[in-house]
Amino acid sequence: MQWTEAVFFLLMLVALARPVGLYLARVCERRRTFLDPLLHPFESLLYRLLGVRPEQEMRAPIYILSFVLFGAGSAIVLFLVLLLQRWLPGGPATPYLTTPMTPDLAANIAVSFTTTTTWQAYAGENTLHYFTQVVGLVAQNFLAAAAGLACGFAFIRGLARERTATIGNFWVDLVRSLLYVLLPLAFIGSLILVWQGVPLNLAHYTVAHTLEGKEQVIAQGPIAALEFIKNLGTNGGGFFNANGAHPYANPTPLTNFLGMLAIAVLPASLMVTLGHITGRQQAGWVLLTVMIALFIAGFAICDWAETAPPSQLAGMHIDGPNMEGKEVRFGVNGSVLTAIVTSNTSTGSYNAMYDSFQPIGVLVPLVFMLLGEVVFGGLGTGIYSIVMVALVGVFLGGLMVGRTPEYLGKKISALETRWIALYALLSSTTVLLLSAIAVVTRVGRAGLITNTGSRGFTEILFTYASCVANNGQAMAGVSANSVFYNVTTSIAMLVGRYGLAALALALAGRLAAQRRLPITAGTLPSDSPTFGALVFCTILLVGALSFLPALALGPILEFLQQH
Amino acid sequence: MAASEDPGGSSVLSSAPCGKLREQVRTAVLSVVVLTLLTGFVFPFLLSAIAGTLFPRQATGSLITRDGSVVVGSELIGQEFIQPEYFQPRPSAAGNGYDAAVSGGTNLGPNNPKLKNGAEGFAGIRQLAEEYRRRNGLAPDAVIPVDAVTRSASGLDPDITPENAELQVPRVARARGVRARSVLQLVRAHIKQPQLGILGTPRVSVLELNLALDQSFKRSIVPGTR
Repeated sequence: MQWTEAVFFLLMLVALARPVGLYLARVCERRRTFLDPLLHPFESLLYRLLGVRPEQEMRAPIYILSFVLFGAGSAIVLFLVLLLQRWLPGGPATPYLTTPMTPDLAANIAVSFTTTTTWQAYAGENTLHYFTQVVGLVAQNFLAAAAGLACGFAFIRGLARERTATIGNFWVDLVRSLLYVLLPLAFIGSLILVWQGVPLNLAHYTVAHTLEGKEQVIAQGPIAALEFIKNLGTNGGGFFNANGAHPYANPTPLTNFLGMLAIAVLPASLMVTLGHITGRQQAGWVLLTVMIALFIAGFAICDWAETAPPSQLAGMHIDGPNMEGKEVRFGVNGSVLTAIVTSNTSTGSYNAMYDSFQPIGVLVPLVFMLLGEVVFGGLGTGIYSIVMVALVGVFLGGLMVGRTPEYLGKKISALETRWIALYALLSSTTVLLLSAIAVVTRVGRAGLITNTGSRGFTEILFTYASCVANNGQAMAGVSANSVFYNVTTSIAMLVGRYGLAALALALAGRLAAQRRLPITAGTLPSDSPTFGALVFCTILLVGALSFLPALALGPILEFLQQH
Repeated sequence: MAASEDPGGSSVLSSAPCGKLREQVRTAVLSVVVLTLLTGFVFPFLLSAIAGTLFPRQATGSLITRDGSVVVGSELIGQEFIQPEYFQPRPSAAGNGYDAAVSGGTNLGPNNPKLKNGAEGFAGIRQLAEEYRRRNGLAPDAVIPVDAVTRSASGLDPDITPENAELQVPRVARARGVRARSVLQLVRAHIKQPQLGILGTPRVSVLELNLALDQSFKRSIVPGTR
């Protein structure tokens, strides 16, 4: 019974991958879709308004530049909205907004929401105006997600094209991602959320008079406008402090399930898109299979840790799994499923508190973030997360068989390998370096106000892993709204977003310029189970080499102390 | 390794690449403004117009009113009950308990001694379990369900498990001077099964159950007198 929901989830995902993946391929290749009669006029209008010449293609450096400029412009607008929010009209009433909007917090939020990280150093219901939540955050949930999907499209083109200097037009990809993918799906999804009970209003916080004659102030707001796109766009930052655990944000098991599906369906389907556009369908399915294998392994371990009778309750005659920090309506299995989905897809819309998870229960989401979001991954960005690791595997495989490695007919020579190695090193170095700084400085340790020892160390590692992976979920025991954390997490988010994208797109530009090699007897086939196993092992190997010492000081040590 | 015999960019071009920093900056500024209007104004406006028409009750927070216009709470948001004639929800870490303007959990790690043993002004699981057993007249070694002594993630969990509700039945019946069997029947009628048969776990909404209690059995106490 306990695995039913997860199995159902994976079946739905696999069933949707092909139709959705082929649709995304149409969006990417600017072919006609069934939505064209409705949306094509808007598309043309937007190109005219923005001064975009859709036929014009970009080389990788220009593509990266446009991506960075768009992100920078978005961040500046959001920063201004945040700083000016107290002069803007609308609710909620000022007395409820107890967290001051300091410049460092505003900058952190601006970086966070324009990089799809949506790390939240604040509690929504005590910090933000409705205007900010909608015009600032809802908009960025769409825009940052669409920019990520655009990068994914460009990366696929790099693998698919040959003897071409260009990888697409960023503005066209951005507009098409928004119009043909995110807006229609978010509209339908948000309506379903309202039907299930997610509020959508601009009312003041409601004062209720309870049956026992007490007062309860109930925070309200335009919650449904944010809650679906936060998942669909793999952003994850919620309207409320408790994010996906809040009954207004996630009222029923069905909304939770749909949220999980919304998170994973596009990134998973993009594997089919990749296979389709490169003309190597099998290769896409092999990567998807690797992802699902990792997913199942992670779910099994995390579920085991959380369903077992909690050791801290031993001898107290208390029956049941680890329900501290979890909601009854989702149960442990629904919470674990969500933890696995969100920590794999740079989404971070948790519905249970990671800080109350068992050591092994928290190890799994942490490892998934550290591995670089390779299972499904962020929207668009997930394609290069997995392909970059696959390329490391290709390189290792090439060394083993003594041939120049190649993937999907593209040769991975010394220069390409350099980009790949830089990519692999950038995130691990950033995570470990920033965690080390936080651990050895007083301002860093000042964040540990709830837990100490190995759990405190895990909290810090989790923080930077989450920010570099552009995930945004937190072990919320850390008090992260300080200048130190606002600055360091911003750096982590920027590196994870623009550093990794720039390297991936630069590589895509190089690959697009190559000609495609024919498959010969000497080619290491990228669509065989052997290759899948190679990628699987490479992911674990690279992850273990980078992070095992740090993990040993955190969740592993805590687990050993417990037993 | 036979490195780079193909010198990248010199190959055939499909079309002229566009350049010029200023052109890109202009498009970036325009697109941030125009697309923010599209996704931050047009989208939420259209959505709320349609959602508000189709689902007005949900859009305004699924509020429950009694005696005409008094809002007693929201169907979805848990609230505090301490009187013995009401079913009691899970303990809460939202503010001082069920503060629906400050959601959140304890964030205490499983091995944090505070979680088990409590601290100044904070009841640990040990104290919560003792109190639960005392209130419901259970033996000191009676097994109790875990949701009764753990705090939820939001601090606003509206539900408890059916096992938790059934353990409270004798106390509620006694406080209301009614037969336990009829209260138990009410509880059973309020168990929500997993959605679509597989999503979520069986649960009982505390506020809905307590409203039904008040409707079915006379209350012995007027609100606010205790």
